[in-house]
Amino acid sequence: MQIPAAFDYVRASSIDDALALLQQHGPESRVLAGGHSLLPMMKLRLARPEWLIDINELTELDYIRRDADVLRIGAMTRHTTLLESPDVGRLFPIVRDAEQVIADPVVRNRGTIGGSLCQADPAEDLSTVCKVLRAEAVIRGPNGERVLRMDEFHRGPYETALEQTELLCEVRLPVRQRSGSAYEKVERRVGDWAVAAAGAAVALAPDGTIEDAAVGLTAVGLEGTATEAETLLRGKRPAEELFAEAGRAAAAACDPVADQRGPVDYKRHLADELTRRVLRRACGRAGAEREG
Amino acid sequence: MQVSMKVNGEEVTREIEPRVLLVHFIREELGLTGTHWGCDTTNCGTCVVLLDGQPVKSCTVLAASAHGHEVRTVEGLASNGSLDPVQQGFMAEHGLQCGFCTPGMMLTARALLDKNPHPDELQIRQAISGQICRCTGYATIVRSVQWAAEHPAAAGDPPGTGTDEEDVRA
Repeated sequence: MQIPAAFDYVRASSIDDALALLQQHGPESRVLAGGHSLLPMMKLRLARPEWLIDINELTELDYIRRDADVLRIGAMTRHTTLLESPDVGRLFPIVRDAEQVIADPVVRNRGTIGGSLCQADPAEDLSTVCKVLRAEAVIRGPNGERVLRMDEFHRGPYETALEQTELLCEVRLPVRQRSGSAYEKVERRVGDWAVAAAGAAVALAPDGTIEDAAVGLTAVGLEGTATEAETLLRGKRPAEELFAEAGRAAAAACDPVADQRGPVDYKRHLADELTRRVLRRACGRAGAEREG
Repeated sequence: MQVSMKVNGEEVTREIEPRVLLVHFIREELGLTGTHWGCDTTNCGTCVVLLDGQPVKSCTVLAASAHGHEVRTVEGLASNGSLDPVQQGFMAEHGLQCGFCTPGMMLTARALLDKNPHPDELQIRQAISGQICRCTGYATIVRSVQWAAEHPAAAGDPPGTGTDEEDVRA
């Protein structure tokens, strides 16, 4: 029977209360969001917090709001809510692509965007999605609020820029004109972690060339985004040969590790092929006329 | 710590350790063993219960987090002595063999039909995709949910117990 080690439990009644509790209980306290990453780690005793600060009652962090040029997503928004949001699906189809393959529908009822990003598992999908969308993380702490770019927030496997006394409150996705995005993952079965996955977001110039592109990879050891691939894409007209070049560049930039999900060569092949597919789909969604 | 929640419409209060998982609270504190306990790793889905109407894997929810909320288990599916249409569908279409996954499957089916009374086959398969049936009975499970969708007001005597001739033959 897997049971977490003993801990003390407290429910936060507001954001300020959660921040006060984090201060009060110090480094041995952890925030409990949906719990679908933290509780399994606690059962395996890979995490042994002395205090859990449950923020599931903070419904003020469960929202999706559209402002003029930004979509604001509260950190306690559940995966199911993101998947079913028409605004999210229309403006950021990459989020819908990813949410369809994050864990399974029952897990998605509980897991949250904030929890996923803070856990920062190397095979976690939304970190890649948020990086290619150039999202911002809104963090609150004892000294007020600060806003970080997602590539500043996400520091690597299981590591974020969040201080122990801080709480991730909101994710901001910038809305861009003539943009498209896509995500695709290869997994061994429903609900498994990715063997590999790729995400892309593009914005087109009025003349149909690629004004800006971002390419990210999941579970294959790429820090940040695939900048070489992005440089190749910028200023060019969407075309199959261009996507292939970008795919090769992304595959060369990553550093996968062989494990029970596959050998290095296979993962690198997936990085290449999945990059091509998501670029094709992202450009199509942005309304591009493709050559070749 | 003390937790209180509504389980199958009834208010319950217990003194527990904070680390008690909802599945063990339901089975051991409340004695409702219809909720099964399987993989312990959020994979198999046999521990699915409805939390505020949504299916959740109760091996990965703290009982403490359910404080003040509503839980529905398989024991709460039947009402006033009548089986839920989902339960009748599982009987009519042979939706179970060993029965281990069945409570979780039926609760997910109930939540699906509450949200979408006329799901197509793909929607049913997607809804149960986080739950495992090791008797490989997925086809009959899907048909059971379809049966329930086609008989939304089937509450009454379960098939096979009435005087209906077809049932008697079966």
